[in-house]
Amino acid sequence: MEDSFENMDPLQIGEDYRDKELAGKAARRIRELASDEKQTYKFMHVCGTHEYTITHSGLREILPPNVKVIAGPGCPVCVTPPEDIALAITIAKQPNVLITTFGDMMRVPATGWGSLNSARARGAKVQVVYSMMDAIEAARNNPDLEVVHFAIGFETTTPPTAVELLAGPPENFSVIVSHRVIPPAQELLLKSGEVALNGFILPGHVCTVTGMRPYMPISEKWKVPQVVAGFEPLDVLLGLVMLLTQVNEGRAEVENEYTRAVSLEGNVRAQEIVAQVFQTADARWRAIGSIPESGLTLRSEFASFDVREHVSVEIEPPKFEVPPGCRCGEVLRGVIGPRECPLFGKKCTPQQPVGPCMVGQEGTCAIVYGALALKSES
Amino acid sequence: MCLAIPARIISIEEDKATVDFGGVTRVISLALLPDTAVGDYVLVHTGYAIQKVDRDEAEKTLDLWREILSTEDKTNP
Repeated sequence: MEDSFENMDPLQIGEDYRDKELAGKAARRIRELASDEKQTYKFMHVCGTHEYTITHSGLREILPPNVKVIAGPGCPVCVTPPEDIALAITIAKQPNVLITTFGDMMRVPATGWGSLNSARARGAKVQVVYSMMDAIEAARNNPDLEVVHFAIGFETTTPPTAVELLAGPPENFSVIVSHRVIPPAQELLLKSGEVALNGFILPGHVCTVTGMRPYMPISEKWKVPQVVAGFEPLDVLLGLVMLLTQVNEGRAEVENEYTRAVSLEGNVRAQEIVAQVFQTADARWRAIGSIPESGLTLRSEFASFDVREHVSVEIEPPKFEVPPGCRCGEVLRGVIGPRECPLFGKKCTPQQPVGPCMVGQEGTCAIVYGALALKSES
Repeated sequence: MCLAIPARIISIEEDKATVDFGGVTRVISLALLPDTAVGDYVLVHTGYAIQKVDRDEAEKTLDLWREILSTEDKTNP
């Protein structure tokens, strides 16, 4: 067996987690654990990739009606505040500047400003990158341009930004820092009480970096169970078994289903690199508001990489978080599902997104729209 | 954005590695995960290895689940 592992196709690595028989048993166990129909169980995930798995595997359809899995603010481009997008667009329009960013960020509109994509169509220099390494490369290849990387994303995406800033990028390189950390957003949602939650499915890939410790104070304070889960449908089903068990037993702990990649401590080196470069600060989440200690800013030693040290720019912040009628804020907070928004699939589609949730691979509305479109084709 | 894809390390040169994503090879950075060896499976996020994937642990956990889910449900009378 050892040999066959060594030459195994890496994409098959989750293959064991596609064991249909085991998935069937997990689904059955979920029904048993939730057999008291009077009790409703509402669990929130905070990761676009979880929403993708759940929606495209049709997982919600096999759950008993009293077990709900709802999407939270797990889409980094969706929660990026419009003023940051407006800043990126304004900078991109300046001569001798090149903006680099990840693909999904391109199409997110800021009300009244359009998107980076539309700015590029009008001549602004914007380059889509796959990696922070590509952004650095762009700065090396364009010594006459100021290259500005629009750095967004959660705890998985922050370490690459930090490691490159630490390594000493070229002088013509700077960043718009719009990174966010997840736990303060969970706390805000619990505090608001807008949605009564029985637990969280924690974002597996974020947790490969952070480990499980940052979530423990939340379970302790709010008496809410949390389970780190992987991204195969079976991972999510097993995560739900663990959450339901905790609720039924009256426990509120941080547990780990994604044992093949997540440890208690996480990637300590990555955490240290991030802590060297960034410090936490209050930050705004689009259509949610300001959340204490939920953002990152450059420490003073790295302040020279801040875009405002390189490019002088003033912007009038967008007047609206999202366009009138768009209910993306409620979708991000788990208050409504995408189909409850009157614009969904009508005025707002992935081709013509009105709000940020209809953009990209992680926007809740875009994922649900994509799955519905696939269904109607077949 | 927070998608991470498993890959197998084929070769290592300083803090870069050539990895196999199931037929597609690509050079990635090991700057965030230096303690790796050829043959290791790693999760790659935006071109950076962020964590190892432990196949033995995966097997063990699944075996445990098979056992747990095969036993009779004890929550129902």
